[in-house]
Amino acid sequence: MAEITLQDIIKPENQVYVKTKLMTDKNLSYCPGCGHGTAHRLIMEVVEELGQENDAIGIAPVGCSVLAYEFMNVDMQEAAHGRAPALATAVKRLWPNKLVFSYQGDGDLAAIGTAETIHACNRGEQIVMVFINNGIYGMTGGQMAPTTLPGMKTSTSPYGRDLQSMGNPLKMTELVAQLPGTYYVTRQAVHTPSAVRKAKRCIRKAFQNQLDGKPGVSFIEIVSNCNSGWKMEPVASNIWMEENMFPYYELGDLKVDGQLVEKK
Amino acid sequence: MTEEIIIAGFGGQGVLSMGKILAYSGIMQDQEVSWFPAYGPEMRGGTANVTVIVSDERISSPTLTAYDTAVILNQQSMDKFEEAVKPGGVLIYDPNGISHHPTRKDIKIYKIEGAKIAAQMGNTKIFNMVVLGGYLQVKPIVKLENVIRGLKKSLHERYHKLIPLNEDAITMGMKNVVEVK
Amino acid sequence: MGELRLMKGNEALAEAAIRAGVDGYFGYPITPQSEVIEYLMAEKPFERTGMVVLQAESEVASINMLYGGGGTGKKVMTSSSSPGISLMQEGLSYMAGAEIPCVVANVVRGGPGLGDIQPAQSDYFQSVKGGGHGDYRLPVLAPASVQEMSDFVPLSFDLAFKYRTPVLIVSDGLIGQMMEKVELFDTIPRLTDEEVIARYPWATNGKPKGKERRILTSLDLDPHKLEKHNFHLQDKYKQIREEEVRYEMIDCDDADYIIIAYGSSARISQKTLQLAREEGIKVGLLRPITLWPFPKQPIDDLVNKGVKGFLSVEMSAGQMVEDIRLTVRERTKVEHFGRYGGVIHSPEEVLEALKNKIIGD
Ligand SMILES: Cc1ncc(C[n+]2csc(CCOP(=O)(O)OP(=O)(O)O)c2C)c(N)n1
Ligand code: SF4
Repeated sequence: MAEITLQDIIKPENQVYVKTKLMTDKNLSYCPGCGHGTAHRLIMEVVEELGQENDAIGIAPVGCSVLAYEFMNVDMQEAAHGRAPALATAVKRLWPNKLVFSYQGDGDLAAIGTAETIHACNRGEQIVMVFINNGIYGMTGGQMAPTTLPGMKTSTSPYGRDLQSMGNPLKMTELVAQLPGTYYVTRQAVHTPSAVRKAKRCIRKAFQNQLDGKPGVSFIEIVSNCNSGWKMEPVASNIWMEENMFPYYELGDLKVDGQLVEKK
Repeated sequence: MTEEIIIAGFGGQGVLSMGKILAYSGIMQDQEVSWFPAYGPEMRGGTANVTVIVSDERISSPTLTAYDTAVILNQQSMDKFEEAVKPGGVLIYDPNGISHHPTRKDIKIYKIEGAKIAAQMGNTKIFNMVVLGGYLQVKPIVKLENVIRGLKKSLHERYHKLIPLNEDAITMGMKNVVEVK
Repeated sequence: MGELRLMKGNEALAEAAIRAGVDGYFGYPITPQSEVIEYLMAEKPFERTGMVVLQAESEVASINMLYGGGGTGKKVMTSSSSPGISLMQEGLSYMAGAEIPCVVANVVRGGPGLGDIQPAQSDYFQSVKGGGHGDYRLPVLAPASVQEMSDFVPLSFDLAFKYRTPVLIVSDGLIGQMMEKVELFDTIPRLTDEEVIARYPWATNGKPKGKERRILTSLDLDPHKLEKHNFHLQDKYKQIREEEVRYEMIDCDDADYIIIAYGSSARISQKTLQLAREEGIKVGLLRPITLWPFPKQPIDDLVNKGVKGFLSVEMSAGQMVEDIRLTVRERTKVEHFGRYGGVIHSPEEVLEALKNKIIGD
């Protein structure tokens, strides 16, 4: 049998997977094993599949995904730290027929941007908000986030998060689900193929809500890893996430079609 | 005496801590020192470098464009810093992973097989100490006893048991640095 | 002699906060100064001196924690870098109005906007001209070494309480990230609650029996009263201008030309001085230590002595040079040189600029 060369493998007819053209060819700036890249790809695949390439406008945060505009191949704006929902609000109100989304980390969305998050959700802005919760500040070198778990070590909680002096992990998603302005609220993950498929369905639903003119925010939390900040190998970080993050941040829908989901 | 040094290599090679130990050694013998790293995204998986100055006088600029000595531990740093050595200055490098060897004729060039020696000694983590030994052989700007005192100051107490190993590594480096003619 | 250590500028600032008897540090992470809060959290000052350390949810919260804490007469401090300091301007304006002492350290990075994380000096205007709304000024100290990152903490608190004003320590990524030898001063015990009450009768720490309660506010809806309050603030600023100017002069006695530079630019320019003297060019360095109040008198004296020109060297597009021009008033040449956006100029570039812009034609 003739040997298969790299050139053979990458021939179009042999490809079983093609990257969406809505992801640029830029090398991702994320650490190997980080969930940010997967989340980017899912959003862009959905935008492409919905045929919204020319109508989507994204807002990038300040955090590791500050350069999301380098990778997502649609019109993008870069917000100040925490303010993405305010930018998205105005973009959507001034261009009501465009598909508007924000993308933020937990420091960005749940610490410095709490007010913007709560009020965009409370006003019921017709936008998609994607929230990457990795329990830490990745970009600045692993400091404590509002979502950092009890006892978890970070560079500003070097002896573990002490709830008494540092407060409790903030479940922003549960909080915004309570607001009448949110229409769809869900918490997903992207660390396994099945989780990815599920997360993609949710992202699609969120964007579809906006296209269908459904009232209110579609809010998707993605519980993700920060293997660098957690100081773990990528695989170990995913196991740690399943064992520690998921029990605290339970996956699943919190609100669908404007109705809170009953806990079983 | 003023010695202006750039130490450059990959992140994770111990470039910054080697500079720190050198700076601490200077303090131990009452000299002025400065240590300024390239910081920020440049570090993430990429190159790392630090400018160290040891002097008998108050130090002026902590960042420089020309150096008395360059300690070079990867090819990118060689490309960047060979030209930055002052005429008559010193370039010390580990040939491991170097494809384009230095060619300047107006400086002194030394080789130290740091990676190889550290591997032979059974601990790749002491690589930077072997290189430091090589440097100190060529430029004995600080006394070995002050380096050991510097090590004690810069290492956390729970690592103090590793000091003899580090001392051996420095000695091995001193013995094995060779001038390239 | 105090304890000698090799420390980063950011770490020295943090250690100095503990030793200066600071009661509370409130901050939010941002590069290139996150080491300050990281150092404090690791050092557990709450065990060493009882100092409170809290990671706030934002810089807006941090500065308002200072407003509240400083208003009770306690020593409070925060640190940040340019984008975070911009967010604090509202709080600083309120505190200037309500006359609340505090210390704010800015480890400046490249801007505008998110900019980058490399060293810059482009926050000069924001620091020395007030920064927020209203007629106010804040004393601004510019450390040029790790030693000064430590020494300026207690000095800043002295000024903050003497004049009841926020005080800024403005360094940059170079000073913050660099390690140098630093001699640490001995710990100054924190004031006891009784001492705070006795020393600061204006502070709101509970209405004293038989005395008037205290109100801390920047609001006065009666314009005449507000004008009077502004007169009072201006008198205070006048006194600061007269009494608190600090600067350093290096090799100025025989100099034909003067470089004016602060912080890390002053360090770089010191090397330029050496290079210039090797070529027989007599250059001196005037280093403002207080950026506000600005050292006008020494500049005036140098003009009167007949120096042939001033080069303002800043890691910015030229901000301090405006204050130099206001002082020199066209009596001799004043030019600016500096790299910006996070690029650090080299001593050789400064010398070139001196030759081209000042000595030149
Ligand atoms: C006003 C302001 N304050 C602080 C910062 C520094 N900063 C940049 S990103 C970040 C937090 C990032 O964490 P997160 O949002 O959780 O995103 P991740 O990096 O983990 O993806 C901070 C504090 C900033 N850029 N601007
Ligand atoms: S630091 Fe953490 S969040 Fe940032 S890219 Fe790396 S793994 Fe991802």
